[in-house]
Amino acid sequence: MNRQNRKTGRRSPVASVALLLVGLLATGGAYAAFTASTASASVDLSSPEVINQGQKLFAANCATCHGQQAQGTQNGPSLIGVGAASVDFQVGTGRMPMQASGPQAPSKPVQFEDAQIKALAAYVASLAPGPAIPSESQISGGDVAAGGELFRINCAMCHNVAGAGGALTEGKYAPVLKGVAPVHVYEAMLTGPQNMPAFNDLNLTPEDKQNIIAYLQYNEQNPSAGGLELGSLGPVSEGLFLWIFGLGGIVALTVWITAKSN
Amino acid sequence: MATNEHGSSDVVPVTPSSGAVVGTGVVPADAFENPGLPPHRPRVTDLDPKKKKRAARFIVAMFWLSVLGSVSAIFAYMFYPIEDGSISSVRLNTLFVGLSIALSLLAIGIAAVHWGKAVMADKEGVDERHPVRGTAATRSRAVEIFKEADEESGFSRRTLIRGGLIASLVAFPLPAIALFRGLAPMDVDPNTELKHTMWKKGLRLTQDPTGTPIKAADVTIGSAFQVIPEGLVDLPEHEKLDAKAKAAVLLVRLKPEDLHWTSKERESWSYDGIVAYSKICTHVGCPVALYEQQTHHLLCPCHQSQFDIANECKVIFGPAARPLPQLPITVDSEGYLVATSDFTQPVGPSFWERSTTCASHPHHRKRVSSHLHRTTWMSAPAFQAPSRSSVARSSPTTGRSSSVR
Amino acid sequence: MTPVEYAGSYVPLRGVEMSAAMSSTLDISFDIRGGLLMRQIHHWAALLFVAAIGLHMLRVFFTGAFRKPRELNWAIGFVLFVLAMAEGFTGYSLPDDLLSGNGLRIIDGMLNAVPVVGTWITFLLFGGEFPGNDIVGRLYTLHILLLPAMVLIFIVLHLMFVVIHKHTQYPGPGKTEQNVVGYPVLPVYAAKAGGFFFLVFGVVALIAATVTINPIWNYGPYDPSPVSAGTQPDWYIGFADGALRLMPPGLETVWLGYTWSWNILIPMLVLVVFLLLAFIYPYVEAWVTGDKREHHLLDRPRNAPVRTAIGAAGVTFYAVLWAGASSDIIATHFKVTMEGVINTLQALLILGPVIAFMITKRVCLALQKKDREMVLHGFETGRIVRLPGGEFVEVHEQLDEYTRWQLVSFNDNAPLQLKPNPLGKITASARFRVAMSRFFFEDRIAPVSTKEYQAALEHSSH
Repeated sequence: MNRQNRKTGRRSPVASVALLLVGLLATGGAYAAFTASTASASVDLSSPEVINQGQKLFAANCATCHGQQAQGTQNGPSLIGVGAASVDFQVGTGRMPMQASGPQAPSKPVQFEDAQIKALAAYVASLAPGPAIPSESQISGGDVAAGGELFRINCAMCHNVAGAGGALTEGKYAPVLKGVAPVHVYEAMLTGPQNMPAFNDLNLTPEDKQNIIAYLQYNEQNPSAGGLELGSLGPVSEGLFLWIFGLGGIVALTVWITAKSN
Repeated sequence: MATNEHGSSDVVPVTPSSGAVVGTGVVPADAFENPGLPPHRPRVTDLDPKKKKRAARFIVAMFWLSVLGSVSAIFAYMFYPIEDGSISSVRLNTLFVGLSIALSLLAIGIAAVHWGKAVMADKEGVDERHPVRGTAATRSRAVEIFKEADEESGFSRRTLIRGGLIASLVAFPLPAIALFRGLAPMDVDPNTELKHTMWKKGLRLTQDPTGTPIKAADVTIGSAFQVIPEGLVDLPEHEKLDAKAKAAVLLVRLKPEDLHWTSKERESWSYDGIVAYSKICTHVGCPVALYEQQTHHLLCPCHQSQFDIANECKVIFGPAARPLPQLPITVDSEGYLVATSDFTQPVGPSFWERSTTCASHPHHRKRVSSHLHRTTWMSAPAFQAPSRSSVARSSPTTGRSSSVR
Repeated sequence: MTPVEYAGSYVPLRGVEMSAAMSSTLDISFDIRGGLLMRQIHHWAALLFVAAIGLHMLRVFFTGAFRKPRELNWAIGFVLFVLAMAEGFTGYSLPDDLLSGNGLRIIDGMLNAVPVVGTWITFLLFGGEFPGNDIVGRLYTLHILLLPAMVLIFIVLHLMFVVIHKHTQYPGPGKTEQNVVGYPVLPVYAAKAGGFFFLVFGVVALIAATVTINPIWNYGPYDPSPVSAGTQPDWYIGFADGALRLMPPGLETVWLGYTWSWNILIPMLVLVVFLLLAFIYPYVEAWVTGDKREHHLLDRPRNAPVRTAIGAAGVTFYAVLWAGASSDIIATHFKVTMEGVINTLQALLILGPVIAFMITKRVCLALQKKDREMVLHGFETGRIVRLPGGEFVEVHEQLDEYTRWQLVSFNDNAPLQLKPNPLGKITASARFRVAMSRFFFEDRIAPVSTKEYQAALEHSSH
């Protein structure tokens, strides 16, 4: 390239790229700075400001189906007495606000920030006593082996022994448990969302729940020793895998063996 | 025999040289002749010696790759030990030993096949077959031999001897079959076993697996308790699972107005909306434990039988034929849930003698092992009249079994 | 099956009470180097074993390799198929885990439903009530001693017959019913077959090294109370599980004071009849055709349209039953209701084989017609030529004699004709046989004869 034609400074071809980068970094950084969530900061659920904020959020997002005083309507049940735990679970996993009223509330992208979720929880908790959000000590530690035994007896029939989920009647299902936060697992056990039974503290004690969570966490942190899990669905996926890749591969090899050498 | 598509009857019923019957086979007279083996097409490796050398080198490389695989499998075994409590160490060991073994095997296979295909002599052979069927002479001689043997022994003629032979040959294995009775205890009658569980009046409902008793107040609406009878956890090890396989129960609470009963008696088996049902599916015996809190449906995961708790667990879908039996419950003086009797029908899958009742049979002791009857070694109750008086003879006084060996 | 407390490497089961069978399987998996690998190779190989037998059986069926003199070998092979399934079932029940334990529970329930002797069969099998303490030990003896011995005996017989009868061969130029053309065992075939052994073993090892199978540590020890969502047997028992699932509700009667569990008996009967029909098929076809010639040249499936269609119907029936076993997983994965899946499969079980039969038969006949056209009129070369009159034609080239032989050398069959027997009567069995042969061979495409070929050549040369 001719030296005289080389452009420098703002006319350099690299300049436009650099400008784009600067713009992206600036706007992205600003966005991140202004929307920093205060997830780690603990919210005081009994504070009147928080409850007030929660009430406003409730009126704007939940009241259509659950009623202005959370008393329930045709489209949604009463939330009086469901406690902060229910709200933290349902809204925290994105199940609420529901897309359409129905028996199955699939988890979907969370619509609110954590501070807002806590505010909603505080408001609903203020309506009547109900299950509380568990503390950090309630969802950590725990005996993995005891948890496993309880999980198999109380949970595996719907969620599958490996938490891979399972079918319920009429198109409903028990969801996959992988990737579910320990606090949400606790809350689900305690409050019995949708068609899941509620496991009160006399059925599964807080220690039992802690153990179950420890078991689930252990499985998540320790993938199978045998290799790929194929969704942990058992013989169905194993059989399918074998017919497609195992037998398929061997049939391909057979075709090679029996073909005339070119 | 048949005409061809164009209507001409140039099809002759031919008997091919082997003499075999052709049946529906059509043997046309104007069929094409077999043109013989096609001309030999030489392989690339036969035409080009360089390609053959390359193929040979590839084969050698593969075999040595296999050796490498075998050696690395041994190294992987040594250098990926299992650490106590570390699942990832097991995973790595499995992965590397396995991949190395796979390499060593696949490489041999590829090498051997390629050798056979590309390098070994490309010579197809032609072998003549001989008919599998014997010659006419052999076949007739064989028939003759059997005929002679029959005449000389008098097998066809002497019907009494023949009958005796057949009878004795049929009878001699029977003692061996009789020995199979010993596969199970001699002094137990399977039908009576199937008709009773550990549950009885006053036995508390306790939690599975701990055996903690359950108070009625603990059972809130929407909860599901997995229940075993009081005392099951204290049974000797070899009896626990046998008892559990019949006594496992699911305990739930509905609003009393949501429960629909066919009789007052059935309603009396519940307690303020708390109902207890056998967990053993009436289809083929898997535990029915999937409880849907809102719909009050119970689903069995094995074959998808569905039961409606609000309607005495009647079957609403799936292959089960009978509703789940209900355990009659009430509360004791301290508020704990107790059974008021055993199930009033056999739990679990159906069986032939299910509807025959042990009407005259006294109700049972707590322990399964004392529940023994003096029976003859092979009394099949199915062949007896439904009255059970001849069977019901456990020793009432000592509570211990008098066992027949 | 004395309960022990697990004290090995796998943390989530430490201290849990389980049978020695389960505990030892966990030890193999987590405390012995290469143990899990061996378990996985063994189990993956078991799945492949039955799949390969099934595929082989289908190949033999669709090419008619079961015809005289190989009917007995088909029967032996079929017994091997059943033995392989038994081996698999007894094998995966040995760890005494939750999944296989529930499978045994299902067997117990099914056998209990057998009239008269059902309760005694289960009682003797389990050594008392379910689950008892004897079953795993008994399955162990079956799995490692008795069944392998039988498998070995039958394989020896099976291969012995292959040597005596010599292997069948695909039709082709130079191949007749009186010869075998191919590479001799030594050295080429031995190299390929030996190599194939290593390739199969290698594929199994590759899969076993990378993909989990039968994670018994997730299932935990067998207990009659817990159960897992998604409880299915290994794939080759799927058709039986599916048969149980597809029964409609309420099929049980009490008659003469005894319980008739039609919901169990009907599936069992259907399965037994289905297997029996497959078992006796060679004899049925031999009776229908009355063909007592030896057949060493295989049929191309298209040249036996009704046989191929029957096979397709059978495969469809089996596949629908097999799909039934995973009805709940189909429901969750395709976001449909399990009731919808089951009802659809119930309908498909009846309609599917019929539709498959009709479509397959028509496809075979169409392919035969195409072959016929190729012989008579040659194949399209893709060269378009414009004739002096302006007409465009595609040039067809006649097949060389070797390719042509392939298309004209198949067995032709025509329906039997009804004739009185030597006593002057037409028996019902003869009528039935003629009707069956009409069902088989009424729609047929005969191979091209030399006369027709000459006629076609003359016509095309104008």
